[in-house]
Amino acid sequence: MKHNNWQGFKEGVWQEEINVRDFIQTNYRAYEGDDSFLSGPTARTSELMKKVQALFALERQQGGVLDIDTATVSSLTSYSPGYIDKQNELIVGLQTNRPLKRGVNPFGGMRMVRNACEAYGYKLSPKVEEEFRFRTTHNDGVFRAYTDEMRQARKCHVITGLPDAYGRGRIIGDYRRVALYGVDCLIEGKKKDKAKLADGDFDAEHIRLDEELAKQIAFLGYMKEMAAMYGYDISQPAGNAREAIQWTYFAYLASIKEQNGAAMSLGRVSTFFDIYIERDLENGTLTEAGAQELMDDFVIKLRMARHLRTPEYNELFGGDPMWITEVVGGMGEDGRTLVTKSSFRMLNTLYTLGSSPEPNLTVLWSNDLPAPFKKFCAKVSVDTDSIQYENDDVMRPIYGDDYAIACCVSAMKVGKQMQFFGARCNLAKLLLIALNGGYDTTSGLHIGPQMPVLEGDKLDYETVVERFDIYLAWLSRLYVNTMNIIHYMHDKYAYEKTQMALHDTSVERFMAFGIAGLSVVADSFSAIKYASVQPIKDDNGFIVDFNTEGDFPTFGNDDDRVDLIAKELTHKTITELRKTPTYRKAIHTLSVLTITSNVMYGKHTGATPDGRKATAAFAPGANPMHNREKNGALASLNSVAKISYDDCRDGISNTFSITPAALGRDDGERVGNLVSILDGYFAKKAHHINVNVLNRETLMKAYEDPEAYPNLTIRVSGYAVNFHKLSREQQREVISRTFHEVM
Amino acid sequence: MSQAGWVHSIQTMGTLDGPGVRFVVFTQGCNLRCGCCHNPDTWERQGGIQYDAVELAERATRYREYFGDVGGVTVSGGEPLLQAGFVKAFFEACHERGMNTCLDTSGSILDDEVKVLLSVTDRVLLDIKYPTDEQYRAHVGCGIDTPLAFLDYLNEQGIATTLRQVIIPTLNDNEQNIAFLKELIATHPCIDTVELLPFKKICTVKYEQLGLPFRFEGYDEPSQTMVARMQAKLQEAIL
Repeated sequence: MKHNNWQGFKEGVWQEEINVRDFIQTNYRAYEGDDSFLSGPTARTSELMKKVQALFALERQQGGVLDIDTATVSSLTSYSPGYIDKQNELIVGLQTNRPLKRGVNPFGGMRMVRNACEAYGYKLSPKVEEEFRFRTTHNDGVFRAYTDEMRQARKCHVITGLPDAYGRGRIIGDYRRVALYGVDCLIEGKKKDKAKLADGDFDAEHIRLDEELAKQIAFLGYMKEMAAMYGYDISQPAGNAREAIQWTYFAYLASIKEQNGAAMSLGRVSTFFDIYIERDLENGTLTEAGAQELMDDFVIKLRMARHLRTPEYNELFGGDPMWITEVVGGMGEDGRTLVTKSSFRMLNTLYTLGSSPEPNLTVLWSNDLPAPFKKFCAKVSVDTDSIQYENDDVMRPIYGDDYAIACCVSAMKVGKQMQFFGARCNLAKLLLIALNGGYDTTSGLHIGPQMPVLEGDKLDYETVVERFDIYLAWLSRLYVNTMNIIHYMHDKYAYEKTQMALHDTSVERFMAFGIAGLSVVADSFSAIKYASVQPIKDDNGFIVDFNTEGDFPTFGNDDDRVDLIAKELTHKTITELRKTPTYRKAIHTLSVLTITSNVMYGKHTGATPDGRKATAAFAPGANPMHNREKNGALASLNSVAKISYDDCRDGISNTFSITPAALGRDDGERVGNLVSILDGYFAKKAHHINVNVLNRETLMKAYEDPEAYPNLTIRVSGYAVNFHKLSREQQREVISRTFHEVM
Repeated sequence: MSQAGWVHSIQTMGTLDGPGVRFVVFTQGCNLRCGCCHNPDTWERQGGIQYDAVELAERATRYREYFGDVGGVTVSGGEPLLQAGFVKAFFEACHERGMNTCLDTSGSILDDEVKVLLSVTDRVLLDIKYPTDEQYRAHVGCGIDTPLAFLDYLNEQGIATTLRQVIIPTLNDNEQNIAFLKELIATHPCIDTVELLPFKKICTVKYEQLGLPFRFEGYDEPSQTMVARMQAKLQEAIL
């Protein structure tokens, strides 16, 4: 294949097949210098950003949702083109016809949409109600198949947050393909794949794929139509940097018009864009200010993306997140860094446009990253609290050098792997159900194997472990089967046509399970093993509380006695999960990540042997419980680093908050020290860290006076939020977390 | 031969006691009673947790990856010089494990054991508290002679030194003190860094908990700008 728009690019396999990685590897220019080349915002950008800020303010005043189009079902071409300021936009395209106006997307489930509209004072149009009356949504399908036990597990919150009433998300289309090849070429490729199927045996699996390809081809066509409505022909490859960004954005926009998945991540586009930017800079058609302007305009669009959610949903995933995760940095398999000037430009948007939770900027950290880039990242963290870090040296050997992160911590090869998202199960609650022989004291439901309440005045470690393992085996099987139903139905009724069109036809699937309450359970087992835990029973003989006496080691102090309990728990869980086969032969993976659901999980969980009171929040993700870390920040980091990525291939999330004073005497020292901490943490093979450099007092002020801190951004758990967008309860929990301070 | 010592606490991530990211050990017990002390809980020689020097170094090794090019271990207190043998054994074990060593001290003891300790110390953070012997005797509980002799010794041995001082309004926020410190810097090339720290009263709670009087309750905290101004004047002297 040859194309005029590819002039100046080095030839490679990428011209023979759909292979964006090869295009990047043959054409990108690694950058090892510092940030001094960067430009600030242009006057145009600042003007546009003012309008955007005004829209954000209006949205806040309206209670978080500016407007809802209740009469139009969101899809690629269902809205007329929308603009913020048509004359001054370099990159165009909005989800609906007006900025920040949210569409309705009932394919995941009607009730969710109806309730969401009502929560913000709207009513779903009868037209949409009528349209969907005889239509099966994903939610309908799932509940047709759910067993009684699955419903109960859901009801008592031992498995929660499952994507059975909303889009599952966590799928990253390779949006770059549209820019590099143009849509027509992609359609040709899919048609060829479909033709090849004709020779096969038409069993259920085969027929499903055949139909999916038909849907993919149709939606690639709609994508072209959508772009045409904005005056662009994206059938052919992009011809310059602006087009490359615009084409890529159109592909992403098509996906978020079609799907309202929980996490709609972007992938790994910066270094891809850099190749086009370098070509334009070289032939004199672009300046550095112009390059930054393109990146800024693209990021402005990403910051405007919204989905309509219910208040219950916000309990799980607080702060209205989209998880438009973009990974920057990392190393190539050949040893060259994948850092380019555009990696800097992407991070620089946090200065040119101000700090922001979206896009969810994720630095792939390697020990071998160029030192000036490491320093720049650390500086951005100290200044903005808006980025997270993940260990490229741990992931690259598994996923190669063209992987990205979906949502917070889920790695996948772009365009080659996808995942079935599975929220999480509550291990702390499971322990209590196990002790009570299959009874959940908070919901009053009998669930799981039925046996007598554990006997004795003092809990015996070995006995409790034995009992817990029985229930873990039961829950794991139930969890896998529940997920199988969910994803079968999602494929059937809400298949991601646009995103899967931007994957290879033969795709590898993960099924991502998760656990909540890891540190609570680890500390509880530690208390049972090293201290004395006396169960306290209610009148019916069920254990409802504990009297824990004596000292016991707690997770977060680099103490193997308890850290290895936590590690073993994750190992046991994934081992149990693997025993039940998955839908579409997906590979079982496990995450230790809670988003903001640690608050909700805690609320539905009774008192635990570690001394945690009933209803008290869990620590987020893999974090040690709040304020149980007694040996300083590095001991805490070391504890989390012991959890093996081999057991938790879907990620291990750690959120780290430190006061500026504890990080160093001045900004120069803080940056240097943060680089050392990140180098050290990742050398320990840790997977992920959110970094917040701030004082608790700042959060307390923002809690008291949210209006005064509209842009205060903090990392919470694999993502960042505007603090004011969290619920009061979530805000209090964030404030109560450990802040590593000066002794 | 390993040695045991008494440790008040460990901070695995210190960034304020020596360069870079450091594993900081606070020893138990102090021979002085400074009015401005913010760690009165380390005074008593009885108490703390007993550690073996080599085991402590092994523990520090768990953090070596975080130290980068300039970080390492720091021993602070209390007064580490009271357990010079233990600290020396710890520092030796740290050197064997490739970690650099930093000692935070008042310099109020200078005997043979201390000199041996200094032979395995990469940097000293020396707290010269006041410019006069009179103030030392009134507010510290020792004379100024030994700390000054300590500094002379560091200079002779060419041990990198950070000069530290807590600035307390009306006691040492004056020109006399600046002139004194400048003189020390001029005559002791081993001093490559000066750090003035503002007096803080956040430790009042600790005194209350211990049932001890906080003798400096009546002094004000200095303004940040004043301390920065003094720091700037001394910075010139170093360059």
